[in-house]
Amino acid sequence: MNGLWPQIEPLLSRVSKPARYIGMEGGAQQPHHSPEKVAWLLAYPDTYEIGLPNQGLQILYEILNERSDAVAERTYAPWHDLEELLRERGIPLFSVDTHRSAADFDIFGFNLSAELTYTNLLNMVDLAGVPVRSADRGPEHPLIAAGGHCTYNPEPLADFLDLVVLGDGEEVVAEITEVVRDWKASGRMLGDRKGVLRSLAQIDGVYVPSMYRATYSGKEFTGLESLFDDVPDLVEKRTIADLADFPYPKQQLVPLTEVVHDRLNVEVFRGCTRGCRFCQAGMITRPVRERPAAQVRSMVADGLRRTGYDEVSLTSLSTADYSGIEALVTDIVDAAGDGPAITVALPSLRVDAFGVGIATQLQHGRRAGLTFAPEAGTWRMRQVINKLIREEDLYSAVEAAFSNGWRRVKLYFLTGLPTETDEDTLGIAELARNCVEIGRAHTRNPSVTVSVGGFVPKPFTPFQWFGQNTVEELQRKINLLRDATRRMHGVQVKWHDPKATQVEGIMSRGDRRIGAVIETVWRNGGTFQEWNERFELPLWLDAMAEHGLDPDWYTHRHRTEAEVLPWDHLSAGLHKDFLWQDWRDALNEVGLPDCRWTPCYDCGACTGYSIEHIVASATPPAGGSQGTGQDLASTWVPVSIRPSGDQVGAR
Amino acid sequence: MRIRLRYRKLGKVRFTSHRDVARCWERAFRTSGLPVASTEGFSPRPKMHFGLALSTSHESLGEYLDLDLLDPESAAVDLDGLPEMLSAHLPVGIDIEAVTIIDRSAPSLQEAVTSCTWQIEIPGISTDDLRSAVHHVVSATTLPIVRERKGKPVSDDLRPGILRLEVLDPATAPADLAGAVLYAELATAPRSVRPSELMAVFDPPLQEGRVRRIQQLITDNGATREPLLPGAPLMVFAAASAI
Repeated sequence: MNGLWPQIEPLLSRVSKPARYIGMEGGAQQPHHSPEKVAWLLAYPDTYEIGLPNQGLQILYEILNERSDAVAERTYAPWHDLEELLRERGIPLFSVDTHRSAADFDIFGFNLSAELTYTNLLNMVDLAGVPVRSADRGPEHPLIAAGGHCTYNPEPLADFLDLVVLGDGEEVVAEITEVVRDWKASGRMLGDRKGVLRSLAQIDGVYVPSMYRATYSGKEFTGLESLFDDVPDLVEKRTIADLADFPYPKQQLVPLTEVVHDRLNVEVFRGCTRGCRFCQAGMITRPVRERPAAQVRSMVADGLRRTGYDEVSLTSLSTADYSGIEALVTDIVDAAGDGPAITVALPSLRVDAFGVGIATQLQHGRRAGLTFAPEAGTWRMRQVINKLIREEDLYSAVEAAFSNGWRRVKLYFLTGLPTETDEDTLGIAELARNCVEIGRAHTRNPSVTVSVGGFVPKPFTPFQWFGQNTVEELQRKINLLRDATRRMHGVQVKWHDPKATQVEGIMSRGDRRIGAVIETVWRNGGTFQEWNERFELPLWLDAMAEHGLDPDWYTHRHRTEAEVLPWDHLSAGLHKDFLWQDWRDALNEVGLPDCRWTPCYDCGACTGYSIEHIVASATPPAGGSQGTGQDLASTWVPVSIRPSGDQVGAR
Repeated sequence: MRIRLRYRKLGKVRFTSHRDVARCWERAFRTSGLPVASTEGFSPRPKMHFGLALSTSHESLGEYLDLDLLDPESAAVDLDGLPEMLSAHLPVGIDIEAVTIIDRSAPSLQEAVTSCTWQIEIPGISTDDLRSAVHHVVSATTLPIVRERKGKPVSDDLRPGILRLEVLDPATAPADLAGAVLYAELATAPRSVRPSELMAVFDPPLQEGRVRRIQQLITDNGATREPLLPGAPLMVFAAASAI
């Protein structure tokens, strides 16, 4: 079926990058629609080249199409040039697989990975011909669902989303499909939209915002109450116990046009227990579930053979921490030995010589740049954020990099962290200068690029109570760093726009009242806000003012222990008192070890769901916990270990 | 061994860019296992040489690619079966039609090709109106245009580059092209004339619809041939109407 293609085709020679809209990827499924099947439209609210590689959507695309009662297609946000042409001609949003009208699907599944894409979500729903507010939708309209990391605080989108999925999607999509299938079979009886949503609200991990009412006392948000007895007061995230049961994607999509992360991606583990306090991903995806090494090897070998890619990335939140990483890497390199040259990439490199050692083993050929993320400029600051990298770890990593032929090193830092002083900011310059010095022993023009991002506190992290720095304060710190490095030969400083950081902050911890702001910004043309050239802070501040909301109150204010948070009705398994204690520990500059290899401190992620870490090998990675070479049991390590509760060890 | 492939690019895949297609070829070499020679150095690339780039969204019946195969592995390659075998590894709409061995000393496609023939769909105009517009263009002795070169406006005459310009008889025009269809032979040397430049010399300027390259031609000592078959004479217009 070619659906809208005859109408879309004549427009494509008039728009930029038309290959975004043709589908035809290697590995694309052949969707067969039928009235008995639930038709899913998996959507990424950004351009094709950003959205296509999203592994979450690709996994669900396969799992759903494998089912006899479901069919799934994909769509991405059309760039504004095509959007204008579509609107001019009344052509709706379409799928890229068969160019079917979006409104002909039963359920949209949006992946939400970044707050600044929220206005694009509204725009896509509207472009589909569906009312943007869930209250205005009838039984004839698709259900609008969302998953992904941002859904741990979905409240700013509560008025627009029919349902929200927390956590791993692999299993829950089946349960949602079954409910929607039965509803469809019943003829979507008029007025029954509330009925199907209420059934969906019974599924573990599914949150239906319209089944709850928010209460306020003046400015204060005072809570969310469920409107029905059978709708849970607390929605828990879903977690797949064992990644080995889900060797997806089996047929990773190979786009015809260039996209980000354009290579084979094999997820080697999910979850992270390093406990970096700023990192939401590490908190909400616990516990660690490693894929068996044999499965990783076969997914790499099959994937390379099928796709024709010459690069594979072993993905996770911290791949060098995969137990048995050295053996795995050796196996992959050996297996590729006789064939064409294969590049194996680790998306995040550990800050030590061990990490560089692996990179050296992997990267034959051109050694352009290596990236490390010390995140903060002083040991004190790194204790606060629990990124326990010592200066000598960084220097040994940089020494290893330059001595092995790399000429450029990139260092990632956050600024605007809790308790941060100018000494911490200047510490970044100091580290960068010392790294250049180390490089000079090995290469004539060593280059160190410092990349600085403004810190945005996220829900379900110990920093969720922290009042983020103002735009002016972030800019002052960036300027301080620029001034300090101006005369440092070989050091370049790059930074993200602090203005965008403020808007991210508003949505990251916003409540339902922010929905009106998102809608106003969208109606005023504020789409693609994560694109620098399209981002406009005044659009947001004006909309906040229009709705009587105070940006300071949402972003720059420290929250108290007693305050009800807009996401308190959701759970990532983490005990709130664990997070609060970890916040106090942060302020006291007390670190917390990685619980994969040390006793459990009962954060709640395992114990609450009766699951455990699953590791591929009983041997911790070289360098021990946190990869810093530190022996956590000895006394010279400046890390305090809190007495643990129940012992749930690594299996 | 150096081989020259001729392939088509038709349908949805025409919206991919020249660069996109190059990457598709690279992946196809790997998935098919064709023993393609690589460049030396830190980031080896397959030794492939394209002819004139085709604009994104233009179709073609006559695209060419020169490819160096590894020796001695090339001896085992079944050249007769190669078009079908390799096409299966390429996106739908890219189909290899023919292959031949060429001499390594043969001039590159970019050097050798002297002109291309095109079919250009012109929406919103009758065949008769288009015929009279074509008559004006063809009768002109010069067709001055201004274009930018190295950031500076340069005036140029397009007329010498327009080697042939006709309106296809609606009875013989390809069924999938709607309305009036131009047939043009445009020079690629000494300087290349693009279909969009041709549109601009009409008064008023024409809007191009679907654009399809039909052939790339080499004119050598007065004889015209296509790049794949050295020395073979070519029935230019018959081939153009055959689709």
